[in-house]
Amino acid sequence: MSARTGLWGILTEPLIRQNPVTLQILGICSALAVTTSVATALTMSAALTAVLVLSAAVISLIRRHIPDSIRLIVQIVIVASLVIVIDQLLQAYLFEISQRLSVFVSLITTNCLVLGRTESFSRHNPPLRSMVDALGNGLGYSLVLTVIGSLRELFGAGSLLGWQVLTTVDQGGWFTPLNLMLLAPSAFFLLGGLVWAIRSVLPEQSESLEFLSPDEPEDTA
Amino acid sequence: MADLNPITAWRRLLALPNESRTKTLMMAFLVSTVCAILVSGATVILQPIQTANRAAEQQARLESLIAGIPGMSELLSQDDGTLTTVVIDLKKGAVATDVTPDTLSDALDNSANWTGLTAAQDLAGLGQRPDFAQVYFLRGGDGNLSLALLPISGVGYNGPIDAILALRADMNTIAGLAVINQSETPGLGARIEEPAWLSQFRGKSVADANGTIRFAVAKGAAASEYEVDGITGATRTSNAMTRTIRFWLGDDGYGPLLDAIKRGEF
Repeated sequence: MSARTGLWGILTEPLIRQNPVTLQILGICSALAVTTSVATALTMSAALTAVLVLSAAVISLIRRHIPDSIRLIVQIVIVASLVIVIDQLLQAYLFEISQRLSVFVSLITTNCLVLGRTESFSRHNPPLRSMVDALGNGLGYSLVLTVIGSLRELFGAGSLLGWQVLTTVDQGGWFTPLNLMLLAPSAFFLLGGLVWAIRSVLPEQSESLEFLSPDEPEDTA
Repeated sequence: MADLNPITAWRRLLALPNESRTKTLMMAFLVSTVCAILVSGATVILQPIQTANRAAEQQARLESLIAGIPGMSELLSQDDGTLTTVVIDLKKGAVATDVTPDTLSDALDNSANWTGLTAAQDLAGLGQRPDFAQVYFLRGGDGNLSLALLPISGVGYNGPIDAILALRADMNTIAGLAVINQSETPGLGARIEEPAWLSQFRGKSVADANGTIRFAVAKGAAASEYEVDGITGATRTSNAMTRTIRFWLGDDGYGPLLDAIKRGEF
Protein backbone atom coordinates (compact mmCIF):
# COMPACT_ATOMS: atom_id res chain seq x y z
CA MET A 1 0.00 0.00 0.00
CA SER A 2 1.46 3.35 -0.94
CA ALA A 3 1.59 5.96 1.77
CA ARG A 4 -0.58 8.30 -0.22
CA THR A 5 -3.64 6.09 -0.62
CA GLY A 6 -6.81 8.10 -0.10
CA LEU A 7 -9.10 7.48 2.87
CA TRP A 8 -11.58 5.61 0.68
CA GLY A 9 -8.77 3.36 -0.52
CA ILE A 10 -7.64 2.71 3.06
CA LEU A 11 -11.19 1.80 3.98
CA THR A 12 -11.93 -0.54 1.06
CA GLU A 13 -8.54 -2.19 0.51
CA PRO A 14 -8.83 -4.53 3.54
CA LEU A 15 -12.31 -5.72 2.56
CA ILE A 16 -11.17 -8.21 -0.09
CA ARG A 17 -7.83 -7.33 -1.63
CA GLN A 18 -5.94 -6.90 1.65
CA ASN A 19 -8.36 -8.84 3.81
CA PRO A 20 -6.69 -9.46 7.17
CA VAL A 21 -8.16 -12.94 7.54
CA THR A 22 -7.96 -14.42 4.07
CA LEU A 23 -4.78 -12.71 2.85
CA GLN A 24 -2.77 -12.23 6.03
CA ILE A 25 -4.37 -15.18 7.89
CA LEU A 26 -4.58 -13.05 11.04
CA GLY A 27 -7.13 -13.48 13.80
CA ILE A 28 -8.36 -16.84 12.60
CA CYS A 29 -8.61 -18.44 16.06
CA SER A 30 -11.63 -16.33 16.93
CA ALA A 31 -12.88 -16.54 13.34
CA LEU A 32 -13.11 -20.30 13.85
CA ALA A 33 -14.47 -20.26 17.37
CA VAL A 34 -17.42 -17.89 17.21
CA THR A 35 -18.85 -18.67 13.79
CA THR A 36 -21.27 -21.41 14.80
CA SER A 37 -24.11 -18.92 14.37
CA VAL A 38 -24.56 -15.60 12.61
CA ALA A 39 -25.60 -13.76 15.77
CA THR A 40 -22.40 -14.60 17.66
CA ALA A 41 -20.31 -13.87 14.56
CA LEU A 42 -21.89 -10.43 14.20
CA THR A 43 -21.48 -9.55 17.88
CA MET A 44 -17.88 -10.69 17.85
CA SER A 45 -17.27 -8.66 14.66
CA ALA A 46 -18.78 -5.56 16.22
CA ALA A 47 -16.73 -6.00 19.40
CA LEU A 48 -13.52 -6.54 17.48
CA THR A 49 -14.14 -3.59 15.16
CA ALA A 50 -14.86 -1.32 18.14
CA VAL A 51 -11.66 -2.40 19.90
CA LEU A 52 -9.67 -2.04 16.71
CA VAL A 53 -10.89 1.48 15.94
CA LEU A 54 -10.55 2.74 19.52
CA SER A 55 -7.09 1.30 20.03
CA ALA A 56 -5.98 2.70 16.66
CA ALA A 57 -7.23 6.14 17.73
CA VAL A 58 -5.53 6.06 21.14
CA ILE A 59 -2.24 4.66 19.91
CA SER A 60 -2.14 6.98 16.94
CA LEU A 61 -2.73 9.98 19.26
CA ILE A 62 0.24 9.15 21.44
CA ARG A 63 2.35 7.61 18.66
CA ARG A 64 5.10 10.24 18.88
CA HIS A 65 5.57 9.64 22.58
CA ILE A 66 5.66 5.86 22.82
CA PRO A 67 9.22 4.83 23.68
CA ASP A 68 10.34 2.12 21.29
CA SER A 69 11.64 -0.13 24.04
CA ILE A 70 8.20 -0.55 25.67
CA ARG A 71 5.96 0.01 22.67
CA LEU A 72 4.50 -3.51 22.59
CA ILE A 73 3.68 -3.41 26.29
CA VAL A 74 2.02 -0.03 25.95
CA GLN A 75 -0.04 -1.21 23.00
CA ILE A 76 -1.10 -4.43 24.70
CA VAL A 77 -2.10 -2.58 27.87
CA ILE A 78 -4.26 -0.17 25.88
CA VAL A 79 -5.84 -2.95 23.82
CA ALA A 80 -6.47 -5.12 26.89
CA SER A 81 -8.12 -2.27 28.79
CA LEU A 82 -10.41 -1.50 25.87
CA VAL A 83 -11.32 -5.18 25.57
CA ILE A 84 -12.23 -5.40 29.25
CA VAL A 85 -14.40 -2.29 28.99
CA ILE A 86 -16.19 -3.67 25.90
CA ASP A 87 -16.63 -7.04 27.62
CA GLN A 88 -18.14 -5.37 30.68
CA LEU A 89 -20.48 -3.36 28.47
CA LEU A 90 -21.60 -6.51 26.67
CA GLN A 91 -22.23 -8.27 29.99
CA ALA A 92 -24.28 -5.32 31.16
CA TYR A 93 -26.35 -4.57 28.07
CA LEU A 94 -26.20 -7.65 25.82
CA PHE A 95 -26.13 -10.28 28.52
CA GLU A 96 -27.45 -13.26 26.52
CA ILE A 97 -25.04 -12.88 23.63
CA SER A 98 -22.11 -12.23 25.96
CA GLN A 99 -22.91 -15.57 27.62
CA ARG A 100 -22.67 -17.29 24.26
CA LEU A 101 -19.42 -15.58 23.29
CA SER A 102 -18.03 -16.52 26.72
CA VAL A 103 -14.27 -16.18 26.77
CA PHE A 104 -13.74 -15.15 23.16
CA VAL A 105 -14.41 -11.45 23.76
CA SER A 106 -11.61 -11.30 26.31
CA LEU A 107 -9.40 -13.12 23.83
CA ILE A 108 -9.63 -10.17 21.43
CA THR A 109 -6.65 -8.90 23.44
CA THR A 110 -4.47 -11.58 21.94
CA ASN A 111 -6.02 -11.33 18.48
CA CYS A 112 -3.04 -10.79 16.21
CA LEU A 113 -5.20 -8.61 13.99
CA VAL A 114 -5.46 -5.83 16.59
CA LEU A 115 -1.79 -5.74 17.47
CA GLY A 116 -0.91 -6.16 13.81
CA ARG A 117 -2.78 -3.03 12.81
CA THR A 118 -1.65 -0.86 15.71
CA GLU A 119 1.95 -1.96 15.25
CA SER A 120 2.12 -1.62 11.48
CA PHE A 121 -0.26 1.26 10.77
CA SER A 122 -1.43 3.33 13.75
CA ARG A 123 2.11 3.84 15.00
CA HIS A 124 3.02 5.72 11.82
CA ASN A 125 -0.18 7.48 10.80
CA PRO A 126 -2.37 10.31 12.09
CA PRO A 127 -5.54 9.38 14.04
CA LEU A 128 -8.08 9.79 11.22
CA ARG A 129 -6.17 7.59 8.78
CA SER A 130 -5.50 5.02 11.51
CA MET A 131 -9.14 4.86 12.48
CA VAL A 132 -10.27 4.48 8.87
CA ASP A 133 -7.69 1.75 8.36
CA ALA A 134 -8.85 0.02 11.56
CA LEU A 135 -12.48 0.29 10.49
CA GLY A 136 -11.63 -1.19 7.09
CA ASN A 137 -9.80 -4.10 8.67
CA GLY A 138 -12.59 -4.61 11.18
CA LEU A 139 -15.10 -4.73 8.36
CA GLY A 140 -12.89 -7.12 6.40
CA TYR A 141 -12.78 -9.42 9.43
CA SER A 142 -16.54 -9.03 9.92
CA LEU A 143 -17.16 -9.93 6.28
CA VAL A 144 -15.26 -13.21 6.57
CA LEU A 145 -16.91 -14.05 9.91
CA THR A 146 -20.36 -13.33 8.55
CA VAL A 147 -19.81 -15.47 5.46
CA ILE A 148 -18.46 -18.42 7.45
CA GLY A 149 -21.04 -17.95 10.20
CA SER A 150 -23.91 -17.92 7.69
CA LEU A 151 -22.67 -21.07 5.97
CA ARG A 152 -22.15 -22.91 9.25
CA GLU A 153 -25.49 -21.91 10.72
CA LEU A 154 -27.35 -22.62 7.47
CA PHE A 155 -25.89 -26.08 6.92
CA GLY A 156 -25.32 -27.00 10.56
CA ALA A 157 -28.71 -26.00 11.94
CA GLY A 158 -30.77 -25.07 8.88
CA SER A 159 -31.35 -21.55 10.13
CA LEU A 160 -30.02 -18.03 9.62
CA LEU A 161 -29.94 -15.55 12.52
CA GLY A 162 -32.26 -17.95 14.35
CA TRP A 163 -34.86 -18.03 11.53
CA GLN A 164 -35.48 -21.56 10.30
CA VAL A 165 -34.65 -21.52 6.58
CA LEU A 166 -34.43 -25.23 5.91
CA THR A 167 -36.83 -27.37 7.95
CA THR A 168 -34.81 -30.11 9.59
CA VAL A 169 -35.85 -33.74 9.90
CA ASP A 170 -36.49 -33.21 13.62
CA GLN A 171 -39.11 -30.62 12.76
CA GLY A 172 -40.72 -32.81 10.11
CA GLY A 173 -38.84 -31.37 7.13
CA TRP A 174 -36.33 -32.95 4.78
CA PHE A 175 -33.04 -31.35 5.80
CA THR A 176 -30.58 -33.42 7.81
CA PRO A 177 -28.30 -30.96 9.63
CA LEU A 178 -24.59 -31.47 9.00
CA ASN A 179 -23.27 -31.74 12.52
CA LEU A 180 -19.75 -31.36 11.20
CA MET A 181 -20.60 -27.75 10.39
CA LEU A 182 -20.91 -26.99 14.10
CA LEU A 183 -17.47 -28.39 14.85
CA ALA A 184 -14.28 -26.36 14.60
CA PRO A 185 -12.78 -28.34 11.65
CA SER A 186 -15.58 -27.24 9.33
CA ALA A 187 -14.54 -23.63 9.90
CA PHE A 188 -11.06 -24.60 8.74
CA PHE A 189 -12.48 -26.20 5.60
CA LEU A 190 -14.69 -23.22 4.87
CA LEU A 191 -11.92 -20.72 5.52
CA GLY A 192 -9.55 -22.73 3.33
CA GLY A 193 -12.17 -22.84 0.58
CA LEU A 194 -12.73 -19.11 0.90
CA VAL A 195 -8.99 -18.35 0.65
CA TRP A 196 -8.74 -20.62 -2.38
CA ALA A 197 -11.72 -18.97 -4.06
CA ILE A 198 -10.38 -15.46 -3.47
CA ARG A 199 -6.92 -16.36 -4.67
CA SER A 200 -8.33 -17.98 -7.80
CA VAL A 201 -10.10 -14.75 -8.67
CA LEU A 202 -7.20 -12.54 -7.60
CA PRO A 203 -4.09 -14.57 -8.50
CA GLU A 204 -1.75 -11.80 -7.31
CA GLN A 205 -2.62 -12.84 -3.72
CA SER A 206 -1.00 -16.24 -4.12
CA GLU A 207 2.31 -16.51 -2.38
CA SER A 208 5.36 -17.70 -4.26
CA LEU A 209 6.61 -21.12 -3.21
CA GLU A 210 9.00 -21.02 -0.29
CA PHE A 211 10.77 -24.21 -1.32
CA LEU A 212 11.41 -25.68 -4.72
CA SER A 213 10.49 -29.28 -5.27
CA PRO A 214 13.47 -31.65 -5.71
CA ASP A 215 12.47 -32.21 -9.34
CA GLU A 216 13.34 -28.61 -10.10
CA PRO A 217 16.87 -27.92 -8.90
CA GLU A 218 17.56 -24.35 -8.06
CA ASP A 219 19.98 -23.62 -10.90
CA THR A 220 17.45 -24.52 -13.57
CA ALA A 221 14.64 -22.59 -11.96
CA MET B 1 13.99 21.43 38.82
CA ALA B 2 13.24 24.84 40.26
CA ASP B 3 10.24 25.29 38.02
CA LEU B 4 7.32 23.45 39.57
CA ASN B 5 4.68 24.69 37.13
CA PRO B 6 2.94 21.45 36.03
CA ILE B 7 2.29 22.70 32.50
CA THR B 8 5.91 23.43 31.77
CA ALA B 9 6.91 20.19 33.48
CA TRP B 10 4.51 18.32 31.18
CA ARG B 11 5.93 20.10 28.12
CA ARG B 12 9.44 19.24 29.24
CA LEU B 13 8.45 15.61 29.60
CA LEU B 14 6.97 15.48 26.12
CA ALA B 15 10.03 17.18 24.69
CA LEU B 16 12.37 14.55 26.13
CA PRO B 17 13.72 12.07 23.61
CA ASN B 18 11.51 8.97 23.51
CA GLU B 19 14.36 6.71 24.53
CA SER B 20 15.24 8.58 27.72
CA ARG B 21 14.73 6.60 30.90
CA THR B 22 12.53 9.23 32.55
CA LYS B 23 10.17 9.39 29.63
CA THR B 24 9.97 5.61 29.29
CA LEU B 25 9.05 5.26 32.97
CA MET B 26 6.65 8.17 32.88
CA MET B 27 4.87 6.88 29.77
CA ALA B 28 4.54 3.40 31.26
CA PHE B 29 3.18 4.89 34.49
CA LEU B 30 0.73 7.24 32.77
CA VAL B 31 -0.61 4.64 30.36
CA SER B 32 -1.16 2.11 33.13
CA THR B 33 -2.82 4.69 35.38
CA VAL B 34 -5.25 5.81 32.70
CA CYS B 35 -6.02 2.20 31.76
CA ALA B 36 -6.49 1.20 35.41
CA ILE B 37 -8.97 4.05 35.95
CA LEU B 38 -10.82 3.10 32.76
CA VAL B 39 -11.10 -0.58 33.65
CA SER B 40 -12.02 -0.12 37.31
CA GLY B 41 -14.47 2.62 36.40
CA ALA B 42 -16.25 0.43 33.88
CA THR B 43 -16.35 -2.52 36.27
CA VAL B 44 -17.66 -0.54 39.22
CA ILE B 45 -20.23 1.43 37.27
CA LEU B 46 -21.60 -1.57 35.39
CA GLN B 47 -21.51 -3.99 38.32
CA PRO B 48 -25.11 -3.36 39.53
CA ILE B 49 -26.52 -3.89 36.02
CA GLN B 50 -24.59 -7.13 35.58
CA THR B 51 -25.67 -8.45 38.97
CA ALA B 52 -29.27 -7.60 38.15
CA ASN B 53 -28.90 -9.40 34.81
CA ARG B 54 -27.65 -12.55 36.49
CA ALA B 55 -30.32 -12.47 39.16
CA ALA B 56 -33.03 -11.90 36.55
CA GLU B 57 -31.71 -14.78 34.50
CA GLN B 58 -31.67 -17.11 37.50
CA GLN B 59 -35.22 -16.09 38.39
CA ALA B 60 -36.38 -16.58 34.80
CA ARG B 61 -34.86 -20.05 34.67
CA LEU B 62 -36.41 -21.01 37.97
CA GLU B 63 -39.79 -19.86 36.70
CA SER B 64 -39.41 -21.64 33.38
CA LEU B 65 -38.37 -24.79 35.24
CA ILE B 66 -41.47 -24.68 37.40
CA ALA B 67 -43.70 -23.75 34.48
CA GLY B 68 -42.32 -26.67 32.46
CA ILE B 69 -43.35 -29.27 35.03
CA PRO B 70 -46.85 -30.56 34.24
CA GLY B 71 -49.43 -29.63 36.85
CA MET B 72 -47.08 -27.18 38.51
CA SER B 73 -48.78 -24.01 37.35
CA GLU B 74 -52.10 -25.31 38.72
CA LEU B 75 -50.41 -26.08 42.04
CA LEU B 76 -49.00 -22.58 42.19
CA SER B 77 -52.26 -20.94 41.18
CA GLN B 78 -54.09 -22.63 44.04
CA ASP B 79 -54.30 -20.31 46.99
CA ASP B 80 -52.19 -22.47 49.23
CA GLY B 81 -49.61 -23.60 46.69
CA THR B 82 -46.53 -21.76 47.87
CA LEU B 83 -42.86 -21.71 47.03
CA THR B 84 -40.64 -21.31 50.05
CA THR B 85 -36.92 -20.69 50.17
CA VAL B 86 -35.01 -22.63 52.79
CA VAL B 87 -31.34 -22.83 53.70
CA ILE B 88 -30.33 -26.43 54.34
CA ASP B 89 -27.45 -27.66 56.46
CA LEU B 90 -26.14 -30.33 54.12
CA LYS B 91 -24.28 -32.28 56.82
CA LYS B 92 -27.36 -32.77 58.96
CA GLY B 93 -29.87 -32.80 56.14
CA ALA B 94 -32.05 -30.39 58.08
CA VAL B 95 -33.02 -26.74 57.97
CA ALA B 96 -30.06 -24.64 59.02
CA THR B 97 -30.69 -23.02 62.38
CA ASP B 98 -28.46 -19.97 62.24
CA VAL B 99 -28.24 -19.22 58.53
CA THR B 100 -31.05 -17.58 56.58
CA PRO B 101 -31.25 -16.84 52.83
CA ASP B 102 -30.16 -13.28 53.61
CA THR B 103 -27.06 -14.28 55.53
CA LEU B 104 -26.15 -17.21 53.28
CA SER B 105 -23.62 -15.39 51.12
CA ASP B 106 -21.85 -14.07 54.24
CA ALA B 107 -21.76 -17.56 55.73
CA LEU B 108 -20.23 -18.96 52.53
CA ASP B 109 -17.47 -16.34 52.62
CA ASN B 110 -16.22 -18.11 55.71
CA SER B 111 -14.05 -21.05 54.73
CA ALA B 112 -15.09 -22.90 57.90
CA ASN B 113 -18.45 -23.44 56.25
CA TRP B 114 -16.95 -25.44 53.41
CA THR B 115 -16.06 -29.13 53.40
CA GLY B 116 -13.10 -30.40 51.40
CA LEU B 117 -13.76 -33.43 49.22
CA THR B 118 -11.39 -36.32 48.63
CA ALA B 119 -10.76 -37.42 45.06
CA ALA B 120 -13.04 -40.43 45.53
CA GLN B 121 -15.91 -38.30 46.83
CA ASP B 122 -15.44 -35.50 44.39
CA LEU B 123 -17.46 -36.77 41.42
CA ALA B 124 -18.43 -33.29 40.27
CA GLY B 125 -14.86 -31.95 40.30
CA LEU B 126 -15.66 -29.20 42.77
CA GLY B 127 -12.78 -29.63 45.22
CA GLN B 128 -14.92 -28.46 48.10
CA ARG B 129 -18.58 -28.23 48.92
CA PRO B 130 -20.49 -25.58 50.85
CA ASP B 131 -22.12 -26.83 54.06
CA PHE B 132 -25.19 -24.71 53.42
CA ALA B 133 -27.35 -24.60 50.32
CA GLN B 134 -30.43 -22.64 49.45
CA VAL B 135 -33.22 -24.88 48.16
CA TYR B 136 -36.83 -24.23 47.22
CA PHE B 137 -39.81 -26.27 48.38
CA LEU B 138 -43.17 -26.19 46.71
CA ARG B 139 -46.07 -27.21 48.96
CA GLY B 140 -49.53 -28.13 47.81
CA GLY B 141 -52.77 -26.89 49.33
CA ASP B 142 -52.67 -29.59 52.03
CA GLY B 143 -49.27 -28.38 53.22
CA ASN B 144 -47.48 -31.47 51.94
CA LEU B 145 -44.23 -31.09 50.10
CA SER B 146 -44.89 -31.64 46.39
CA LEU B 147 -41.62 -30.57 44.84
CA ALA B 148 -38.06 -29.81 45.88
CA LEU B 149 -35.86 -27.59 43.73
CA LEU B 150 -32.19 -28.29 44.39
CA PRO B 151 -29.38 -26.12 42.97
CA ILE B 152 -26.48 -28.27 41.77
CA SER B 153 -23.13 -27.40 40.25
CA GLY B 154 -20.25 -29.25 38.69
CA VAL B 155 -17.31 -28.79 36.38
CA GLY B 156 -17.99 -29.31 32.69
CA TYR B 157 -15.64 -29.39 29.72
CA ASN B 158 -15.01 -25.63 29.54
CA GLY B 159 -15.99 -24.44 32.99
CA PRO B 160 -18.55 -24.66 35.77
CA ILE B 161 -22.10 -25.80 35.08
CA ASP B 162 -24.84 -24.60 37.44
CA ALA B 163 -28.29 -26.11 37.31
CA ILE B 164 -31.44 -26.61 39.33
CA LEU B 165 -32.85 -30.10 39.68
CA ALA B 166 -36.52 -30.54 40.58
CA LEU B 167 -37.54 -33.71 42.41
CA ARG B 168 -41.08 -34.88 43.05
CA ALA B 169 -42.41 -35.68 46.50
CA ASP B 170 -41.00 -39.25 46.45
CA MET B 171 -37.52 -37.67 46.07
CA ASN B 172 -36.74 -40.26 43.41
CA THR B 173 -38.60 -39.01 40.34
CA ILE B 174 -37.04 -36.12 38.47
CA ALA B 175 -39.58 -33.43 37.65
CA GLY B 176 -37.24 -31.32 35.56
CA LEU B 177 -33.81 -29.79 35.16
CA ALA B 178 -32.86 -26.21 34.32
CA VAL B 179 -29.31 -25.23 33.41
CA ILE B 180 -28.56 -21.80 34.80
CA ASN B 181 -25.00 -21.20 33.87
CA GLN B 182 -22.61 -23.01 31.55
CA SER B 183 -19.75 -22.24 29.19
CA GLU B 184 -19.65 -25.41 27.13
CA THR B 185 -18.78 -25.49 23.42
CA PRO B 186 -21.50 -23.70 21.44
CA GLY B 187 -23.44 -26.13 19.26
CA LEU B 188 -22.18 -29.17 21.17
CA GLY B 189 -21.94 -29.19 24.96
CA ALA B 190 -23.94 -25.98 25.14
CA ARG B 191 -26.91 -28.01 23.93
CA ILE B 192 -27.47 -29.02 27.57
CA GLU B 193 -29.37 -25.73 27.72
CA GLU B 194 -31.81 -26.70 24.97
CA PRO B 195 -35.38 -27.36 26.11
CA ALA B 196 -35.56 -30.44 23.86
CA TRP B 197 -32.74 -32.11 25.76
CA LEU B 198 -33.81 -30.91 29.21
CA SER B 199 -37.39 -32.10 28.68
CA GLN B 200 -36.17 -35.71 28.71
CA PHE B 201 -35.36 -35.47 32.41
CA ARG B 202 -39.03 -35.28 33.30
CA GLY B 203 -40.20 -38.54 34.85
CA LYS B 204 -36.79 -40.24 35.02
CA SER B 205 -35.95 -42.15 38.18
CA VAL B 206 -32.82 -41.46 40.17
CA ALA B 207 -32.21 -44.63 42.16
CA ASP B 208 -33.37 -48.24 41.96
CA ALA B 209 -35.26 -50.14 44.67
CA ASN B 210 -32.03 -50.78 46.62
CA GLY B 211 -31.27 -47.08 46.81
CA THR B 212 -28.30 -47.25 44.42
CA ILE B 213 -28.15 -44.16 42.24
CA ARG B 214 -28.52 -45.33 38.66
CA PHE B 215 -29.19 -42.04 36.89
CA ALA B 216 -26.93 -41.37 33.90
CA VAL B 217 -26.66 -39.46 30.68
CA ALA B 218 -26.40 -42.35 28.22
CA LYS B 219 -23.73 -42.79 25.56
CA GLY B 220 -26.11 -42.52 22.64
CA ALA B 221 -29.81 -43.11 23.09
CA ALA B 222 -31.34 -43.67 26.52
CA ALA B 223 -31.93 -47.34 27.26
CA SER B 224 -33.68 -47.35 30.64
CA GLU B 225 -35.86 -45.30 32.94
CA TYR B 226 -32.71 -43.99 34.63
CA GLU B 227 -31.13 -42.57 31.47
CA VAL B 228 -31.46 -39.59 29.17
CA ASP B 229 -29.97 -39.37 25.66
CA GLY B 230 -26.32 -38.37 25.42
CA ILE B 231 -25.27 -35.40 23.31
CA THR B 232 -23.35 -36.35 20.18
CA GLY B 233 -19.91 -34.78 20.12
CA ALA B 234 -20.12 -33.70 23.76
CA THR B 235 -19.11 -36.80 25.69
CA ARG B 236 -17.26 -34.86 28.37
CA THR B 237 -20.15 -32.51 28.98
CA SER B 238 -22.55 -35.48 29.12
CA ASN B 239 -20.29 -37.27 31.61
CA ALA B 240 -20.00 -34.12 33.69
CA MET B 241 -23.80 -33.92 33.90
CA THR B 242 -23.98 -37.56 35.03
CA ARG B 243 -21.33 -37.08 37.70
CA THR B 244 -22.74 -33.77 38.90
CA ILE B 245 -26.23 -35.19 39.40
CA ARG B 246 -24.88 -38.35 41.03
CA PHE B 247 -22.70 -36.32 43.38
CA TRP B 248 -25.44 -33.97 44.51
CA LEU B 249 -28.01 -36.72 45.03
CA GLY B 250 -25.44 -38.86 46.83
CA ASP B 251 -24.38 -38.88 50.47
CA ASP B 252 -21.96 -35.98 50.03
CA GLY B 253 -24.61 -33.80 48.44
CA TYR B 254 -28.29 -33.67 49.27
CA GLY B 255 -28.43 -37.35 50.34
CA PRO B 256 -29.10 -36.63 54.05
CA LEU B 257 -31.75 -34.06 53.13
CA LEU B 258 -33.49 -36.46 50.73
CA ASP B 259 -33.50 -39.18 53.40
CA ALA B 260 -35.01 -36.74 55.90
CA ILE B 261 -37.70 -35.74 53.42
CA LYS B 262 -38.45 -39.41 52.70
CA ARG B 263 -38.86 -39.97 56.45
CA GLY B 264 -41.43 -37.18 56.39
CA GLU B 265 -39.47 -34.66 58.44
CA PHE B 266 -40.40 -31.79 56.14
